[in-house]
Parts: sequence; C-alpha cells; structure tokens
Amino acid sequence: MALKTEPFVLNMGPVHPSTHGVFRMRATLDGEVVVDIEPVFGYLHRGVEKLAEQRTYTGIIPLTDRLDYISSMNNNHAYVLAVEKLAGIKVPERAEYLRVIMAELQRIAAFLIAVGSFLNDCGAFFTPFLYMFRERERIIDLFEMVSGQRLTYNYMRVGGVSQDIPREFLPALRKFLAQMPRFIDEYDRLLMQNEILLARAKGVGILTKEQAINCSASGPVLRASGVKWDIRQADPYSVYDRFDFDIPTGTVGDCYDRYRQRVEEMRQSLRIIKQAMEQLPQGPVKSDVSHLVRPPIGEAYARIEAPKGELGFYLVSDNSIAPYRCHIRPPSLINLTALRDMVRGWKVADVIIIFGSIDITVGEIDR
Amino acid sequence: MTVALSGKEIAGQIEEKLPESITESGQDYLVVKPDSLLAVATFLKDTPGLDFNYLNFVTAIDYYDHFEVVYQLTSLEHNHSLVVKTRCYDRENPALPSVVSLWQGADFQEREIYDLMGIRFEGHPNMKRIFLWEGFQGHPLRKDYW
Amino acid sequence: MEVGGIRKYIYSDTELDQEEGQIIEELKANSQQIIPDPDEWLDEELEQNIFLTTVDAVINWGRRSSLWTAICFPACCAFEFIAANGPRFDLARFGMEILRASPRQADLMITAGTLTWKMAPNVSRIYNQMAEPKWVIAMGACAISGGIFASASYAVVPGYNHIIPVDVYVPGCPPRPEALIYGIQMLQKKIAKRRNIDIGKLIRK
Repeated sequence: MALKTEPFVLNMGPVHPSTHGVFRMRATLDGEVVVDIEPVFGYLHRGVEKLAEQRTYTGIIPLTDRLDYISSMNNNHAYVLAVEKLAGIKVPERAEYLRVIMAELQRIAAFLIAVGSFLNDCGAFFTPFLYMFRERERIIDLFEMVSGQRLTYNYMRVGGVSQDIPREFLPALRKFLAQMPRFIDEYDRLLMQNEILLARAKGVGILTKEQAINCSASGPVLRASGVKWDIRQADPYSVYDRFDFDIPTGTVGDCYDRYRQRVEEMRQSLRIIKQAMEQLPQGPVKSDVSHLVRPPIGEAYARIEAPKGELGFYLVSDNSIAPYRCHIRPPSLINLTALRDMVRGWKVADVIIIFGSIDITVGEIDR
Repeated sequence: MTVALSGKEIAGQIEEKLPESITESGQDYLVVKPDSLLAVATFLKDTPGLDFNYLNFVTAIDYYDHFEVVYQLTSLEHNHSLVVKTRCYDRENPALPSVVSLWQGADFQEREIYDLMGIRFEGHPNMKRIFLWEGFQGHPLRKDYW
Repeated sequence: MEVGGIRKYIYSDTELDQEEGQIIEELKANSQQIIPDPDEWLDEELEQNIFLTTVDAVINWGRRSSLWTAICFPACCAFEFIAANGPRFDLARFGMEILRASPRQADLMITAGTLTWKMAPNVSRIYNQMAEPKWVIAMGACAISGGIFASASYAVVPGYNHIIPVDVYVPGCPPRPEALIYGIQMLQKKIAKRRNIDIGKLIRK
C-alpha cells in the first residue's frame, strides 16, 4: 500500500537564530528532505542606491561602511577606487600601502566571524565563535587607533586615506603579526579533524565548478569549487601586484572545503600584511583633491576582492557633486543564486550549514 | 590584468554573424538592439576565443527618456571582459528579454531591476518584487519617483 | 511519493506575498505617530507616593539582575551587541548571558539595527509575544530616529518608537559596548523603582 504524502512548506523566518541576520527562506520539504528553497529578501532594504544620488561623493563613504558591516574597510576601498577611476585621480604610494594593510586586516577580521558563525551553525555553540571574537578584538583595537571607530570606520577618502597612522600602530601591528599564526594553528588543531565537523560538513552541499561559474559566484565560494580566480591576482588594483601570495583552491566544493578555504586565506593575508609593512614608504597620505570632487561625464566600474567575493561599484557621473547613478554589485546576493542547487536533497539541518558556509551579510544583499 | 576588449572589434565580429544587431559601439562598450540581445549573448558565450562564461553584473540606469541596461561579461580562461548595453525607450511598460537561461547569476539581479526600476524581463522564471513588498506602488529608483 | 511540479499547498506563493504586503501597508498607515515612552515613574507626584516594600525590592532585584534578551538583530549594531557579550565586555556578569531565540522566555528586547517597513510587522509580533513585564532598549541611531538612512523613508521606519514603546535610548552609530552597558544599567535603575505590589489596594480589600 503506497503512503499518500504531500510536500510541506517550512518558513525559516526573518527572526531566526541561525540566519545571520534578517533573512527568510521558504523551504519545500518532502518529509525531512528539502526539495526546493526560495529565499525572500528585503527586510533590511534601506535604499542606499537612492540615497547615494543625493549625497556628495565624499558623503557616500559612510553609507558604504554600512553595506557589509563586518568588512567596512573593503567597502570603502572599492568605492574610492571607483571614484578615482572615474575622475582620474592619482593616489600617493604611502596611501596605497596603508589601504592594503587595512584591507587585509579587515579580511582577517571578517573571516574570523565567518568561520566562527559557521562553526556555531555546525553545533559548536559559541565557543569557537567567542574565541574568534577575542582575536577580532585585537584587530579592532588596531583600527580604533587609526580611525577612532570600532565597526564602521569611514577611513578612506577619494585620493588617499583620511589620516596618517599614529606612532603606536606599527609596533602593535608587529606584535599582532607575531601572535596571530599561533592562534590560527590552535583553532586548526582543535577543529580540523573534529569528527562532528567532518560528519556534518564533508560532502554536504557540493557546488560543482560549472555551476559556480554559471551562478556568477565569487570569492571563497568560487575558489573552494576549484576555480583559481582571485581579483587581486587576475586584475590587480592598488599595489597588489607587488606582493607575493598564493591562492588556495578547494577540490570538491563542499562546506568543509569552504571552511578550509577561509582559514587558508587568513594565512595568506598575514603574509601580505607582513610584506606591506616592510615596504611601507614615507610620504603624504592623501592627494590634493577637494571634498566636493566633480568627476567629468562618464562611467566607471571598479571591483575588489572583498571577503565575501567580488564587490564592485558602478558609478555614472554627470559632472555634478553627486553621482547620477551608483550601483553596488553585492557578492552575497549573487552567491546566493547557487543556494538552490546546493540544497536539493539535503535535510533541514543541512540547509542551515550550507547557508552558513556561503557566508552572507544581509546589509549587503538588501543594501 | 583583465583586458577590457574594445567594443568596435567585437562589434565587427558580431555584425558578420548577426547583421543589424548593433546600434553603436564605442571604445569601452557595445550597444545592442533589445530584440537581438539573446542572440548576441549566446554568440558571445559560445564562440571559442570569446567564451564569456561569467556574468559580472546587470544593472539599469534611468536617463529621463530611456532606460539603459548594462551587462558586464568576463571570460575566466582568457581573462578579458566586455560591457554590453541595451536601451529601452518605453517608459510605461518597459520589457526586455532575460538572460537567465544563459547565465543563472542574473536571476536575482533582474528581479531587483524590475522591483526598483520597473523593467520586466521576459523569460524569467520568477518575475516578482524582491526587496519591496507586494502592493508597493511605484518603482523607487526611477528619477521621477520623488 | 510524487511531487510533480513543485506545488505549494494550501496557499500559493503569490497569495502569501500579497497578504504580507497588505499587513505591511496597514501597519505603515497606522504607525505615523510616535508611541509615547512608558515613563510614568518620572511623574512628580507619583514619586512622592511610592513606598517600596521589601517584597518589591526583592522582586525588582531579581528582575533587573537576570534580564533575558530576545533576538532582534537586523543590522550592524548586532555586532556591537555580540562583542558586548564576548569575553572582553562581558555581559554575563550582569546576568544577561541568555540569548535564546524564544521571545516567550525573554523580558528585554534590544533592537540593534535599522527597521524597515517590511520587517516592522515581525518586530511587532515578537514584541507582542513577550510576556509582561517587558522592556525595550533602542540601540543605535537607526533605532532612535532612522539614523543615516532616514531620508530614504520609502523603506525605513524613522525609529522603533513608531511601532513599539521604548524605555531606554542608547545613541551611537554603532554605540560602543560600554555605551550599551551604560544603557542597560540605566534600565536596571528604572526597574529598581518599579512598584509591583499595591499595598493600598491589598489593605483596602
């Protein structure tokens, strides 16, 4: 006798402990197995693109901080690169090196949160997460020395950075670089062969290479699926072509690979910071550009390798003090196109892990 | 370095295979007629030597008398990129063909353009509002919204 | 079992979306005024008439030393709240280490992030599910008045006090964890002055 069954729609609502913010998913279940999933966005849509048309070019920089709020320096970096490309402004050397140091430090801080919350979703309730927060506090101390803020720094300006680093910054950075590799190794020792993590994350949510390229995934999600594409080496911006670092790639493209990918990239970031610190020249930190910058008529697209993926700003100018159109290419939203393919056939608990391994920030999806 | 291909040479290649599909071509970009958008996109994706298999972004701009939709394509093996644009002159019910069948990454981005600008994409499996709620009047990113 | 085309039963997607849209539009139309803050204890004549008994003092001490938070973390301020929970600025020493997702077991809602009209019915529902007595701390500029996004008022609610009554406002963008702890201590002082048992009514009965 065949049992008559029906698919069931489960709503994992905007207020949920594991959805990394206000994000909603409607999963169609057949028993416990997921058949289809539909993400619903918009619970944090603040209209940043519309606001950007009403503010000056320098006044948009605090808005960009709040896009992907755990990696503010990278957002600032992408935006000022776009304005400089549009207006043809040259940035002094010291400012470029400072930007690279800040961007890589911010990458480590963002990956710490990504890895910590992934482990939180896997079941290690809060212990690795709070350990990672302890390291993040050290990085935030460095940023506070430089910009005065803990989360949304507003540090970079069109033509350079807003102010030079204080005297205590470089010794503190040196101390941080000496201690950090030891902590990453400690987390690895605790977690890499942990059988619960292996059972929950290995082989789960596989994204093949062709699917990843078709879905326009970028960042660690793309590299963990085996595609060696990192904008810092494929299309170098700032002074990234002067540094020597590897690009780790994954093999299978499952959640465990994405987790390992982020840990390995943290190590590469430490290498870049060390080289940048040694090569840091003296000089001015901002070129002589007025705050009310008026680029000529035209358009420009500049992109960087943000911790979430390829973050790009597409600016159209009509020679006034505010942009005509500012479009933000959100890596988190575009990486989510792959969610549907990754999730089919897995159970509800696996959906949380797969979703956590993509690592999104809702502020960037909804802008 | 990613080489930004020149619009004029690609326009020349496209005109041989698909005549009457390019409106204009500049140094950095290429403007295509809306009806031949899918054909040109398929040509760009499948031709060996061009191989544009990665769609960077899709966005729309409101120039008071027309909408312009911009696509940036990249090829991961050859490391070159191209900007393709289309123009849509209808203000009441603008409609364009959707490229979701070629690059699935355009899925959410086209929904966003529909939500905020009002341009419908034909052939999209799920054309409905994404950021604002059903029943919201108007399309906020248009220049005449406020 | 056959699924065939993926059919969503009982309600189709469009019906669900339209219903949600209607709820949001109604809420938006009804929430144009600010809900006044529940601050009766600041009222002058009431202050002279408050006799706090020992029972009251003990109950208030219990309530303020073990506030349990309900999760309402839209945006960036959430990370300052989590940092306040972290090892450096330890919120557990104030009794606030429980961060369960269930609003039924919570008595404090710290609203950390921008509120949009689409999210507003959900926040209102979470607030209504909390049991009395309950308090709300509005954390950050976006929670107080819409913050840096207030001019995009097609989507942003200009402050949580359009939807729920707020007890303590903590300014900052985002406020430092020390500022949040100061706000929580102010709330604790407010709770300490609460009159739970009305001796007058008990005697007259």
